[in-house]
Amino acid sequence: MADYPIHDYDVLVIGAGGAGLRAAIEASNAGCKTAVVTKSLLGKAHTVMAEGGMAAAMGHVDDRDNWRVHFADTMRGGQYLNNCRMAELHAKEAPARVHELEEWGAIFDRTQDGRILQRNFGGHRYPRLAHVGDRTGLEMIRTLQDHGIHQGMDVFAEHTVIKLMMDGNRCVGAFAYDREKGRFITFNAKAVVLATGGVGRSFKVTSNSWEYTADGQALAYQAGAALLDMEFVQFHPTGMVWPPSVKGILVTEGVRGEGGVLRNKDGKRFMFDDIPDNYKNQTADNPEEGWRYTQGDKSARRPPELLTRDHVARCINREVKAGRGSPHGGVFLDIAWIKEKLPNAAEHIKKKLPSMYHQFKQLADLDITKEPMEVGPTTHYIMGGIQVDADTQMSGVNGLFAAGECAAGLHGANRLGGNSLSDLLVFGKRAGEYAAKFAKENGAGKISKTELEASAKEALAPFERGASGENPFTIQAELQDFMQDLVGIVRVEGEMEQALGKIAKLRERAVRAGVSGNIEYNTGWHTALDLENMLSISEIITLAGIERKESRGGHFREDYQAKSDEWAKWNLRVTKGPDGRPKIEKIPVVPLTDDLKAAIEEGK
Amino acid sequence: MADTATFRIWRGERGTGKFVDYKTEISSGMVVLDAVHRVQATVANDMAVRWNCKAGKCGSCSAEINGKPRLMCMTRLNQLDLTQPVTIEPMQTFPHVKDLVTDVSWNYEVKKKIAKFKPRKPDAADGSWRVQQADVDRPQEFRKCIECFLCQDVCHVLRDHHLHDEFIGPRFLIYTAQMEMNPIDTGDRVPALKEDFGIGYCNITKCCTKVCPEEIKITDNAIIPLKERVVDVFFDPLAKMFK
Repeated sequence: MADYPIHDYDVLVIGAGGAGLRAAIEASNAGCKTAVVTKSLLGKAHTVMAEGGMAAAMGHVDDRDNWRVHFADTMRGGQYLNNCRMAELHAKEAPARVHELEEWGAIFDRTQDGRILQRNFGGHRYPRLAHVGDRTGLEMIRTLQDHGIHQGMDVFAEHTVIKLMMDGNRCVGAFAYDREKGRFITFNAKAVVLATGGVGRSFKVTSNSWEYTADGQALAYQAGAALLDMEFVQFHPTGMVWPPSVKGILVTEGVRGEGGVLRNKDGKRFMFDDIPDNYKNQTADNPEEGWRYTQGDKSARRPPELLTRDHVARCINREVKAGRGSPHGGVFLDIAWIKEKLPNAAEHIKKKLPSMYHQFKQLADLDITKEPMEVGPTTHYIMGGIQVDADTQMSGVNGLFAAGECAAGLHGANRLGGNSLSDLLVFGKRAGEYAAKFAKENGAGKISKTELEASAKEALAPFERGASGENPFTIQAELQDFMQDLVGIVRVEGEMEQALGKIAKLRERAVRAGVSGNIEYNTGWHTALDLENMLSISEIITLAGIERKESRGGHFREDYQAKSDEWAKWNLRVTKGPDGRPKIEKIPVVPLTDDLKAAIEEGK
Repeated sequence: MADTATFRIWRGERGTGKFVDYKTEISSGMVVLDAVHRVQATVANDMAVRWNCKAGKCGSCSAEINGKPRLMCMTRLNQLDLTQPVTIEPMQTFPHVKDLVTDVSWNYEVKKKIAKFKPRKPDAADGSWRVQQADVDRPQEFRKCIECFLCQDVCHVLRDHHLHDEFIGPRFLIYTAQMEMNPIDTGDRVPALKEDFGIGYCNITKCCTKVCPEEIKITDNAIIPLKERVVDVFFDPLAKMFK
């Protein structure tokens, strides 16, 4: 057989964003020989794009904040489908994880008294997001990267994992290829952590990069792990809409946190027209109160622009469909208006939102200190993912852990902005800690050589078909088109059924994908190998979407517009059935303890 | 704007190769990376190019466009003369891998040699520090760096004189500067700047500052102050007298 180099590790971490790096730091700290595999170069993972901040109830700006309020906000935002134990751990541990970053060299923006500054964000009752201007993700990934490289972990940059290796019901390693050299490589590992991020690349309008091809979800599913809440995809309300080439690029919620407002073409602040009942108590009923909230007035309630993302995205969608949108099919997001309120507003905006200023100036010829932006919803995040144990982050497969966006539970039906970065840290650490423990308690497993050979053969098939095969980029683009149209922000059964048919047809074509050229850094080949993951997870998202016959959080059904009390009791779980097809089942939502119930009541 | 434009892209492997002209459709608001992607998706599936965020935040798509080091995702076509072919080639300072991709691993090795951040004891019982915003404005400027390595690419000490073993380059001078200027750091990297990092090689031509997509004032705000610290420690005549 071909000779694939084999590397032995205690802990293998797949993915080098915030969760992966945090897990790797923890595992290597515990004395484990640790490797990190990443599809890109180190420090380029999607975390780098996070803008607004990381949520942690430190109470630096408003001392009424504490973990109970953060917990209650997270549950309300997730429409109570969250795993409450995860939401509890997250709210309790996030402050320590943020302080730890400072210890490792991060430099957050400061309060007057020299502590870490916190800003307002959608769905958070108090200013809670530790941040650095609007480039918090960069600060986080660079801090973890710069700390991590001195920990002794090995980094395999530009490597893609194509299969998890199993020994019975235990994951014992992974099979990967080196993108640059085109060589296969085997990792023998006592424990494996998936931290591969999301699925956004399967949609046309997205804030996600090429990396987001559902790898972790697909690898885990194929290995026998369960996926949870896959119907819940987050469409971020504010992506760029113009010019076409930048459509989907994120515009941070921080713009609204700093006082930015949404208007339709008639100049109306339409968010005031539709405030959900469960948020009425916490939401300003006039523009003046909303403005005072953004400026730190503790007696004011937050403006409706800072309602949860699912709701704001749908309101924007409604304005556009009703013909009240902006010229290029979005609505207006205006931060320039604060010049009526603040002296030096232009300087203030540039200081608080430097990358937004830059992004619009360079990509859209627009000065956000002078003119409103045009924005519309963009595919941003998936709340669902690999089902894990709340405390250890282990999936249903022994020795296989998951953290960050590829794992499910914390966010329920809708994620609050800012809860993602803190999720990466809290659960990345936990995954690393428990993976290390597992590795210490278990010996190395056995990897089947026949399986390796079969995987390699399958992976090389596109070269055999050559240029006469299907163009992998075309298949990817077609998938993106119809997922956006048929399984997007507003869903209806017939369209989702149509999507299933199209996925089946595309799958037939995907197995005929062909590539030419040599194997070194061949992006066509890389894309061909991504297709199966994207297609299988798109199918699961669609199946779960059809199954949940109600509207809740990120899942909005035109044919079932109301929230249902019955569906409030269930999460949807998908596993690979005995026939090799996805099997969907309802499982009861994790019940609240009395103490957590009380925390939710206090927050109402 | 014309409906099509020609992109003259470097194709080949490990130092060998040639420019190949691709004519492709263009539309309003397009950036160079869009054109490269269009070519890749239609007629050159195997073309190697790095990218991630497409918004100037990750620093992956560095290349030389019409001879100038730039991010492909932030270079609008309407800033270029489209009556001529637009040349796109890989960064010249790093070993070539394939097409537009270069081997930038040297940068990652250099960073490991720089002593890591070493905080003073926390100021508060909860393990946190008290720091004024004004005292961190400067290191925050340097931490905006997206590691695109365009400054390394343009620096003549590396590009023309190939002193990769003796000089860490502008990227890592600002990396060192952000720690040296962080009020809670207690490390001392000044001797290393002089002896191991080759700060003396920089003769402040400011080429790095000119190409920085984050508009960091690399030379004025980082390198010159670091040079001054080296001078203070090693070449201060008063201190010498007292030695």
